[in-house]
Amino acid sequence: MIRLSAIDQQLLQFFARFQAFFFLAWQAFVRIFHKPYYYRDFAIQFDKLGFSSLFICVLTGLFTGMVMALQALIQLKPFAATSYVGGMVAVTMIKELGPVLAALMVAGRVGSAITAELGTMVVTEQVDAMRVEGTDIIQRLVTPRLKAMLLALPLLTIITDAISMLGGYLIASGYSISPVMYLSTFTQFMVPLDYLEGVTKPLVFAFLITMISCQTGLNTGGGAEGVGAAAKRAVVLSSVLVLMCDFFIAKIFVVFR
Amino acid sequence: MEEQCIRMEQVCYTVGGRVILSDFDMELERGVNRTILGVSGSGKTTILKLILGLIHPQSGRISINGMEITNRPESAYREQRKKIAIVFQGGALFDSMTVGENVGYRLFEEGRLSQAEIEEIVREKLRFVGVEPALDLYPAELSGGMKKRVAIARALAADPEYIFFDEPTTGLDPIGVYNIVSLMNRLQEAGKTTLMVTHDLPTAFATSQRFSLIHESRLAFEGTEAELRDCPLANVQEFLQPTDKSLFV
Repeated sequence: MIRLSAIDQQLLQFFARFQAFFFLAWQAFVRIFHKPYYYRDFAIQFDKLGFSSLFICVLTGLFTGMVMALQALIQLKPFAATSYVGGMVAVTMIKELGPVLAALMVAGRVGSAITAELGTMVVTEQVDAMRVEGTDIIQRLVTPRLKAMLLALPLLTIITDAISMLGGYLIASGYSISPVMYLSTFTQFMVPLDYLEGVTKPLVFAFLITMISCQTGLNTGGGAEGVGAAAKRAVVLSSVLVLMCDFFIAKIFVVFR
Repeated sequence: MEEQCIRMEQVCYTVGGRVILSDFDMELERGVNRTILGVSGSGKTTILKLILGLIHPQSGRISINGMEITNRPESAYREQRKKIAIVFQGGALFDSMTVGENVGYRLFEEGRLSQAEIEEIVREKLRFVGVEPALDLYPAELSGGMKKRVAIARALAADPEYIFFDEPTTGLDPIGVYNIVSLMNRLQEAGKTTLMVTHDLPTAFATSQRFSLIHESRLAFEGTEAELRDCPLANVQEFLQPTDKSLFV
């Protein structure tokens, strides 16, 4: 019998988890288009994932927009270019900070909740009970969450972006910048591809957060302590991957610009 | 003619290098109620999960009514699982659903019956286990004994051929145990075949005709209650009547 070294075993485990992640992600994605659609579960998840995160996204957007405008105005004032503040806030928020901040808020708040909920169902044998009752657990537990997140996160990002623009204007108005001047610089700084980038990112982040949270939750073991550890692992992994993917998506859009 | 039994042949199951079952054989014939005995951690629950396809053996063969189910994809198990229901140790009721929704879960999933027909079946099953007034309560609002009875009602709802019980009396008071034993006997009278895993001997003897005892990953004994009591094997007698020698083993 072949004896594997500790490093080989770790590598094998890593690739096995990697493979399992992609398998689950593919299965969950394919099931979006298959019956049963579990509309009720989708609505419940949309409420849990979307509406419940609205307030923190509004707060995050408002204060980030305000601080962005404040810092930009300090830098632009010596050059008498304060009129460009609107465009600067827009380009930073819509392309980068809006999607990333909304995703990090949702990963922390909702990703951990998904993992904890599924993890608890696993350790209390509810998932096994569902399988015995003939339920496809990916279709029932993963796909409604994925659909809800794919809809909710882009919407939350758009709201975060809009609120941050408003926050930016609240600060800019103190520097005698009119709403028309604030808005008119958007078109000078932004091209249509930038808006597309601003919507593509939350879609990818939504997919990542949901799949990591579900994968971690469904592989939970070890009782209450295991559930806590799984929730922490899911949040850390989701957050790191959101930041990494942000770079790669930005790089792709730079190529096509 | 279709074979009417669940059969395990030479089944081996290991986890992380630890042998849970080794060359394990068992047969559950229709109409003959069986209990699998063994100390905690001996692999009793593993047997139920293997038959249900929730976990897969490294080697060996498992068949349900003549149909081999070993190491098949998840979708292939769904048809076979319709013949079996299980009452998990903790009940495993779905937290987010009411008692009624829990009991009617499989019927809702199958989608063959109308809402009114499902509700009628749910009420009938809850009446059978004596918890009909709890129809609209959530699992968190139930006592341990009530949860087990609701779990039995859920198991009955889809009218399975075989019902598995995983430690059904653990953590219950004597009245709760009496209720569960009486329910199991009523199920058997209604023609259901039960397979129970437990280390609770009085419950086992009150509900089963045949017994299997697992010792150190292997089948140590198979037979009737009288044969079990007369079995000369030391480990069987040790299980039935523990002595000071059993301390901290």
